[in-house]
Amino acid sequence: MTEALTFDKVWVEYGDKVVLEKISLTIAEGCFCSIIGPSGAGKSTFLRLVLGQEKPTRGAVMLGGKPLRAEPGPDRGVVFQRYSVFPHLTAIDNVMFGPECAGSPLLGRLSGAAKRAARDQAAAMLSSVGLGDSLGAYPAQLSGGMQQRLAIAQALVKHPQVLLLDEPFGALDPGVRLDMHALITDLWRQHNLTILMVTHDIKEAFALGTRVLAFDKVRRDEQAPNRYGAAPVYDVKLERKTAPPAEIEALLAESDLLLREGLTS
Amino acid sequence: MRRLLNVRPRGGVRLVLGAIPLIGIALFYIMSSEARHFANPADKVLPTIGQMGDAIIRMWVNVDPNTGRIPAWADTSASLSRIWIALAISTATTLLLGLILGLLPAARATLGPMISIIAVIPPIAVLPILFIALGLGETAKIALIVFGVTPFMTRDLAAQVAAIPQEQIVKAQTLGASTWQVALRVALPQALPRLIDSLRLSLGPAWVFLISAEAIASDVGLGYRIFLVRRYLAMDVILPYVAWISLLAILHDVVLTMISRRAFPWAHPKAHS
Repeated sequence: MTEALTFDKVWVEYGDKVVLEKISLTIAEGCFCSIIGPSGAGKSTFLRLVLGQEKPTRGAVMLGGKPLRAEPGPDRGVVFQRYSVFPHLTAIDNVMFGPECAGSPLLGRLSGAAKRAARDQAAAMLSSVGLGDSLGAYPAQLSGGMQQRLAIAQALVKHPQVLLLDEPFGALDPGVRLDMHALITDLWRQHNLTILMVTHDIKEAFALGTRVLAFDKVRRDEQAPNRYGAAPVYDVKLERKTAPPAEIEALLAESDLLLREGLTS
Repeated sequence: MRRLLNVRPRGGVRLVLGAIPLIGIALFYIMSSEARHFANPADKVLPTIGQMGDAIIRMWVNVDPNTGRIPAWADTSASLSRIWIALAISTATTLLLGLILGLLPAARATLGPMISIIAVIPPIAVLPILFIALGLGETAKIALIVFGVTPFMTRDLAAQVAAIPQEQIVKAQTLGASTWQVALRVALPQALPRLIDSLRLSLGPAWVFLISAEAIASDVGLGYRIFLVRRYLAMDVILPYVAWISLLAILHDVVLTMISRRAFPWAHPKAHS
């Protein structure tokens, strides 16, 4: 398997505060990588690093063998917990946004045959995420789960090398969340996606991921809590999808995470 | 017995309740006017409805032999063309500056302080400067309105554009959009409903600046007329003019609201579904 992402001794610091320290790892193509960890352990910073919103203070990130541009670009798709879709565009226009920008630098709008082709492609993508009946709906008319489906379709139509999910199902009802798990698993298989997903839900992380990275501080200094940053402390590669191992449960039980998520039962 | 704060009038009751204060004011005016005319038949301060009717015919129907035009329509078209030209200039400027300021941190750093300073200058205090620099013609009056409303509208729109969730801007970039495409297809359409709102809010100040400018130096216009006839205590002309100006202001507001609802259904979710 080839590497989709390579991190070579990556540090992220804000002034005196070390957020991520010395992260060296590779993520293989086709990996569904879940990222968990207590609040403030740098999960989001890690994702923002791949997204290009954050620059490494030291070290380098490579995407598909090339240095990553520190700016969001079309080689990386993203779905956030909220606000990932454009409220002023209908579902189909939301999905056509990417192809239209690529095909028309000046106006950002296609016309004629190119528009029909983009429309057909977008409609097919929307059907594949289960929104075939809502092509003309505005996001405000869609439920939370449908909005996330739309956000996924919008990202996938650009065929990104990596799909980044930032707590994509965190705001959804439990039943809807299960439907979304099935959908994202299907899409991941179908499109051979490489996925990085940050989540607060450990069960979700293990249910979906083929690899789970648990972030936490590697060292602690009680007098200077910002002195040391976080890194993956557990890196679990799953042969098949399993329940979380006991040691991970124990690690996360130390934080407020399990209590808050109600997973201790 | 229900609490007062849970009493919600609907339908006809609502209309009647809304009409009561208006009818009350009208009755109070008619009674006061009758009382004053009973005491002094030549009273000019509170003209009767009949006197105002005569004035309306004089101003809205009869041709003024000196100018060859009907005064009220000449005033209205002069004032409306001033305010429309001014608001068109303000809106275009706002759209351009607001998008640039809201989207580009570099532009905010460069132009932000200047616009903040301009926004606190009282526009009326600048009027003499405008008259001296631009003469007493149309340009100075239009410039006063533009100067008076543009800084507010620009800051309002820039804040609105800057408040577009960062997630959307990042998402657009991951879909391959350039700065220009983000401005054109993400920021601009989302800014337009707010621009119309801000234009509606600016109508009030715009009328104030228009009437001030017309009162000081003009030979036609709604503001010019009411300040002219004030010298003769012609309340029978002033009151219908004030009502007419208010009606025009309401019409502008209604039309802008309708445009916004028609053109941007996504921005008015309740009206849409």
